[in-house]
This record gives sequence, C-alpha cells and structure tokens, in this order.
Amino acid sequence: MEILKNTNIDFLGRKWPFIIASLALTAVGLVSLAVKGGPKYGIDFRGGAVMYVKFAGKPPVDQIRASLGDVSVQEMTTENEVMIGTELQDERTLDANRRQMADKLAATFGQPSSGKLDFNNVSNQALTDRLREPLQKANAQLSDQQLQDLTAAILDFRNTPPRSGLLSSFDQLSGVAGVTPVILNVLKQECYLSSFVIRQVEVVGPKVGGDLRRQAVLVTLAALGGMLIYIAFRFEWIYGVAAVIAVFHDTVITVGFFSLFDKEISLNVVAALLTLVGYSMNDTIVIFDRIRENVKLTRREPLETIINRSVNQTLSRTIMTSGLTFLTVLALFLFGGPVLHTFSFALVVGILIGTYSSVFIASPIVVFWHSYADGKRKAAGVLPAGKQAPRKG
Amino acid sequence: MRKNLNTKLAVIAVTMLVCIYGIIGLPKSKDELTKNLARNLRLGLDLRGGSHLILQVQVQDAAKAEADGTIERLKEDLKKASIDFAAIDRNDPATVEETDTIQINVKGIPAVKTGEFRSLMAERVPAWILIPVNASDYRMTMRASEMLALKQNTVKMSIETLENRINGLGLTEPVVRQHGRADAEFEIEVQLPGVDDPARVKAIMQTAAVLELYEVKGGPYPTQEQALSQHGGVLPFNTKIVKSVRTENTESWYLLSRIPVITGRDLRGARPGQDEFRKWQVGFTLTQEAAGRFGRFTEPNIGNRLAIVLDNQVKLAPTIQAKLTDEARITNLSNEQEASDLALVLRSGSLPAGLLPRAESSVGPSLGADSIHQGIVSGLVGLAAVVIVMLVYYKRSGINAVLALILNTIILVAALSYFQATLTLPGIAGIILTIGMAVDSNVLIFERIREELKTGKTIVAAVDAGFSKAWWTIVDTHVTTVVSCAFLFLFGSGPVKGFAVTLVIGLVANIFTAVFVSKVIFDFELSGKRQPATLSI
Repeated sequence: MEILKNTNIDFLGRKWPFIIASLALTAVGLVSLAVKGGPKYGIDFRGGAVMYVKFAGKPPVDQIRASLGDVSVQEMTTENEVMIGTELQDERTLDANRRQMADKLAATFGQPSSGKLDFNNVSNQALTDRLREPLQKANAQLSDQQLQDLTAAILDFRNTPPRSGLLSSFDQLSGVAGVTPVILNVLKQECYLSSFVIRQVEVVGPKVGGDLRRQAVLVTLAALGGMLIYIAFRFEWIYGVAAVIAVFHDTVITVGFFSLFDKEISLNVVAALLTLVGYSMNDTIVIFDRIRENVKLTRREPLETIINRSVNQTLSRTIMTSGLTFLTVLALFLFGGPVLHTFSFALVVGILIGTYSSVFIASPIVVFWHSYADGKRKAAGVLPAGKQAPRKG
Repeated sequence: MRKNLNTKLAVIAVTMLVCIYGIIGLPKSKDELTKNLARNLRLGLDLRGGSHLILQVQVQDAAKAEADGTIERLKEDLKKASIDFAAIDRNDPATVEETDTIQINVKGIPAVKTGEFRSLMAERVPAWILIPVNASDYRMTMRASEMLALKQNTVKMSIETLENRINGLGLTEPVVRQHGRADAEFEIEVQLPGVDDPARVKAIMQTAAVLELYEVKGGPYPTQEQALSQHGGVLPFNTKIVKSVRTENTESWYLLSRIPVITGRDLRGARPGQDEFRKWQVGFTLTQEAAGRFGRFTEPNIGNRLAIVLDNQVKLAPTIQAKLTDEARITNLSNEQEASDLALVLRSGSLPAGLLPRAESSVGPSLGADSIHQGIVSGLVGLAAVVIVMLVYYKRSGINAVLALILNTIILVAALSYFQATLTLPGIAGIILTIGMAVDSNVLIFERIREELKTGKTIVAAVDAGFSKAWWTIVDTHVTTVVSCAFLFLFGSGPVKGFAVTLVIGLVANIFTAVFVSKVIFDFELSGKRQPATLSI
C-alpha cells in the first residue's frame, strides 16, 4: 500500500502562506502570553500548595470555597476531581497551610468528631492499629501478619480502579479475600466513609520553584546548543541554525497554545517539550540528510529545486512517522488520565507543528541564506552557485 | 552466508533471553511472575504513590548551639582564672542565610586582665576570632573554615539521623541524600515510596527528639510570670522555666534545674509498650555510666519530682518513688502510634538542627494505581495502532518492523531493570519518543527500499541499498538526540534526568533492532532456496 506516489509538490514555492501562518500563530501565542502576564506555571515552578481531591459525586465547589476560604478551586477534566490551590510567599507557612487544608476538608466533608476513622483517607498503619483490638473482642483471631495482609488487601481494593480510592459502601469489600461478615461489622463500627479522597499534594517553596524554572530554561537552551553544534559539524552551520530555529519555533508556539488554552506548564510539560524538541529535530534532520545526498548527486541544479525534490522524496516517510507518533500520543491524550493530560496535550500540538516546521520553516531558512550568500558572491564575482554544496557527509 | 546468518540469529536470540530474564527472572508461578516484575521495574513515586520531600537543615540552630556551648565553657574558664566579666551572650540568627553572622559578645573584662584574657581565649576557643570592640568589650566570630565544617557536619548528622528514623519505619527503598550544592544549600532530599500517611512521616522526621531529664525545683505554675513571682521575681541561680503541654488547651510552667541529669545521649534503647492500666508508654534503658549517675541522683531525691523534657516541653513530672537506675518510662501516651513513633525517634537519636520543609510532593496510592492503569491502557492502544498501520501499509515487511519494535521495547525495559533505573512519568515520555523514533528508523529504511525497487534493482540489492543509504540518516538523528540528552543529564534534575536516560537507552537499542535485527530478518527471508519474485513491502 502506498498513499503518495512520486509526488512533485512545489513546497518552497508555496512557503509564504505557511510562514505567515506560523508568524500569526507565534504572534497569537505571544499576545496571549503578554496579556496573561507570562506562562501559567504549575505549582512546581510557581511555589505554593496544591491538593487534588476526588469526590464521590459532583464536587461541591461552592462549599469547598466557603470552608477553605482564600483558595482557588478548579474543576479537573476528569470526573469529580478538583484542584485546590493556595499561593504562598513564605516557606515557613507552607506546611502548616497544607495541614490546615486537609483538616478543613475533613471537617466539612467527613465526621472527625465521631471518633471513627475516615476509611477513604486512612493509612495502612492507622487502620491496622485501629482494628487490632476490636477484632480480638469480636473473636476474629488473627495473627499480626494476617491482620497486616488483611488491611493491605482491603486498602489495595479501595485504591485500584474503578474505586480509585473512594468506597461508597463497606459492603463493596465483601468480595475481598479474607473479609468475613465479622470483619466487615468491625470495620463498619470503627470507620465511616467520607465523600472525598485526597489524591495528590504538591507543596513547593517559592525559592525551589524559581530554581526549577531557571534550570528548565537553561537545560533546554543547552540541549539546543548541543544539537546546533552537532548539525553544524555534520552539515553546514546554516543547517544547524535553521534546525534550531525551527525547533525553537515549535516550542514557542506550543507554549503559546498552553497560554491560549489556559493550561499550566509543569515539570512534566517540560519533559513533553523536550520530547517534541527531539521529535521535531529528528524530522528536520531526515530532510536535511536527503538534501545533502541530493546535492552531492546533482551539483548544477539550483538549491531550491533540490530541496523541493528532497522534501517530496521524504514526504511519505514524514507522513508515516508523524502519523504513527501522533497515534501513540493521541492514545496517551485520550486514555492517559489526568496526570498525563497536559503532558500529551503538549505532544499532540507539538507533533503537528514540528512536522510542518521541518518543511516550511527549516528548509526555507537554508534557501534564504544560500540565495543571500550567492547574491553577495555573484556581486563579488567569486563562485558559481553549485559550489555552495555541503562538503561533508 | 548462511552460517554467518545463523551466528547473527544466535546473537539476537541470546540478547532476547538475557533481556527477558532481566525483566521477569525465572518465574515458576503467576504470583512469582508479578513479584519479579514488581521488583525489577522500579516505578517512580509519581506512578506508585509516595512522598518526595526537600528539607532545609536549619544550620543556624547548630551554630547557636555551638555558641551556647562555647559560652558555658568560657564562663567556667573565666571563673577559674578569676577574670571578672559583666555579661557573655550571643546574637540570634533566624535564617540559614544569616548563619555566618553568629557572634558572641563578651562585656566588662577589666582592663588590667586584657593580656590574660586574650591568651586564655587563644588557648581555649581557637575556633573563634576575638575582635576588641573597646577597652573592656569583645566580639567573637567563628572562623570560616570552622563554620563550613560545622555546617557540613550538621547536614551529615541530620542525614544519618533521618536514615535511622526512616529505616525504622520499614519502608521499601527509601532515599535520603544531600540535595543541591553541599557548601551553599543545606538541603536533604527524601524519597518515601509507598508512604500513605505523609503527615505522620513528616512529623517523625521533623521531631528534634531532644530528651532531657531534670530535677524539678518548683511548679507547675499557670503562667510564666507567676513562676517568677513565686521566687521574688528573679530566676533562682542555675534554674530555668520550661513549658508543659499535657493537653491541647492547658499550659503550665515548671521551674527546673539548669543542668539535666540525663540526656538523650545516655539512652541505650527505647521501646513502646502498655502499662498496667493498658495505657501506651515508651520505656527506655540507660547506658551503664548513666544508670550509675541516675541512681546517685534518685536515691537522695525520693519524694521529689523529676521532669521528663522532650524538645523543650515538659512531657511529665512524676514523683520519684524509689531509687531508679537503668530504666525509666514516659507514660500516658494517647495511642499506639504515638508510642511507637516516640520510641523510634528516641532510638534514632536527636537531630542537630531543625528541618524546614521546602517542597513536598505526595501522590496518594489510588492516584498511583490509576496512573499505572491508564499508562498501560494508553500504551497498549498506541502500540496496537502502530502495529496495525505498519502491517497494513508495509504488508509482510510490516511484521519485520513490528518485531523490531517489540524487541526494542523489551531491550529498553530490560536495560531499565538492569541499571535499576526508576520509571517515572517523564520516563514514559522517553519511551514514547523512543517508539516514535524506532518506527521512524523502519519507515526510513522501508521507504528507501521501495525507492530502490522502483529504480529496477533486484530485491537483494534494493534491500542492501535501502539499509546502507538510510544508515547515515539514522545515525544523524540518533546522535543529535543523544547529544541533547547528554546536556539534559548533566544539567537537569530528577525527572528530566530520567527522561534523558530512558531515551538514550532506547536509541541505542533502536540502532540494534532497526538496523541489525531488521536486516537479519530480511536476509533470513531472502536466503531461502526459492528466491521470492517480489518483496512484500
């Protein structure tokens, strides 16, 4: 099967609409960034405390706001989950604040005064300690090891999907190995079920956040620099510059999209951005390699024709590879859950942009530079155009 | 040719066996299989649940303690040498950054004793620099080298104590290590996989656990002022006032002797238990030397009270009933957890300085389970989509590519297992990019073979040309990515590093599978006696 047979599309002839589209996308992203005062950083870069809380039903957002006071509450894309955040400037209050949030949640949506344990938020150790004596009284004789195995099995059942940390009735546990009616009764007598579970807590001091942000930018720039040097060494320096500009363009547009769609940039998103840098660079190099090969074969042709032919020759590969990678990332976006959501969003956007930037950004830069250099040389009357071909390879 | 091919096939088979062994070991049952899998694939905190903490060691606490010790020693030395002084005190640096400003102020040294004082200082406190402020007053600052050693030692001791405490919790594979620059950032990174109660663990880690037993001189008093007014408004010689918090709301104050009878250093062990009223308690035993001291103190003090002070708070003040030697206990604790936690921190020794949490990331066990589930589902869906497209598009050669892809993934996972690398979310990103680039290598080669076939080459020649012409492109794309990964690894931290490692391993494996394995499969197919007339590609 073949999708494209011997295409002969004049890519470079039609570059302008695409370059303009690119500039427009970049501009829109930059404007969005400027209006919103820079990228929206995740808690790991910004500093503050965030709690991800899952509720049994629709999250009572207003009630959360009312009980917790000065916090931001944001509903997540996944069902029944909210992100509760506070921003803090002082590191010393971070920990106390986190505890306070947990306590208030428990007071509003649980029954801490009942003296019972909140089964949906209880830890293994606490549950084991709590059950030991009542179980003995109820004549359910378990050794310490048996008790530990029992609580581990019960909590494991609670934690795995589709429960995902929230039990709606203790009777759900009756299917767990080792749970007898006696044990179930003791559980009901010692514990209650609250309507929420704290799924994730992130607390970051402002200084750590700032350090991470600086480091992420530095690392990305260093990686780009390293790539530029390698490509310049293998091809010509302008190829390296063109590839890096194209990749940089992809990153800027993706960050712009994040700002447009109000998504947060976290450490995981940085990993996604690095993935897309690697991917887009890969795409560009494949085309450059073909250009280098074709230049060696046909020295007399104008560079623009050679580049057009190279892009056409690699077109089916480009479409196959990006199509396949896109499928993988799409699967991640659709089935990967909330944690991977922003991460795969970056890749979905990035792969689309990265594929087209190799053709419409990186290649034209090389052509622009060569026609500019040729023009200068012709004016000086030194060399014919064909001699500009890359020397190495 | 055929023999050569057999050798290559053997190489591939052995590689696969080694890799599969690395991932699942030699399981005899399904249970063992899952156990081996869990052991070999070390999931990061973000996938498995647990806590990651960064704690800043409050090194100024250690500097202040050092200054206090020096002041005590100085006062004694000056008394012995009969040099009068008006006051010796220190300043109070509040943050880590202010640690270097620690200074001791000595006031009111008689001018005639100046020479004597200076030579005494040079001999007794060489770690401090003496600076005269005026004829009778002096300022002392700590030498830079001493200060650095003190700070680093404090961090080292804190790490050791934390390790002891965390090991006592029985977690699997906890990590406690220095974080950031050793000479400027006094931070400790703690990773606690599988912890489902981060608040408790944090409390255990942050407890200073300084235990002291004092003689009670008076009290309890409802306020500090009342404690003073009972003694004519001034603190009696060699005493101090310490707060007691027995229940949440009521405070009381005790007047204690200044020098403790017993300190945490005298402990030989501590363990939780229940007393005769089934109340939780912590019993501790003393070293032989301390037991003698304790006996000599308690014998004449029967009927008097003894205060057990933990982290500058009176825990309880029982009346001494009989001569005590090597055993004592803290009773009336609220539950088993409090008792076992207290015993743990007492056993593991006290922290030399406070710990301030600077960052915490805790993933609950249910989120971790969800993430793994979703990761597997989306990974399988993605992989299935790639396999289907490759088979439809490249027909029989697609099988070749799919085999190479699966081998690539197996080698990558096995390498992660052999290197004991941790699989995190960014690591999964690395795997996805690897799969993308792995498919890309095959696509590059196949497209090249198709092109060569169109020029009229024979099948064998076209396959050879396809591989050799795509080779340099593959090298260039891979090396570029490895170069960028090198930077990520050198300058990046935690998650970014994990991403880089996964990607590099995946790329190296890819050169092997996409180029070597794939070629061998083609060669195998084309080496039969009956040469196929067309290549299914």
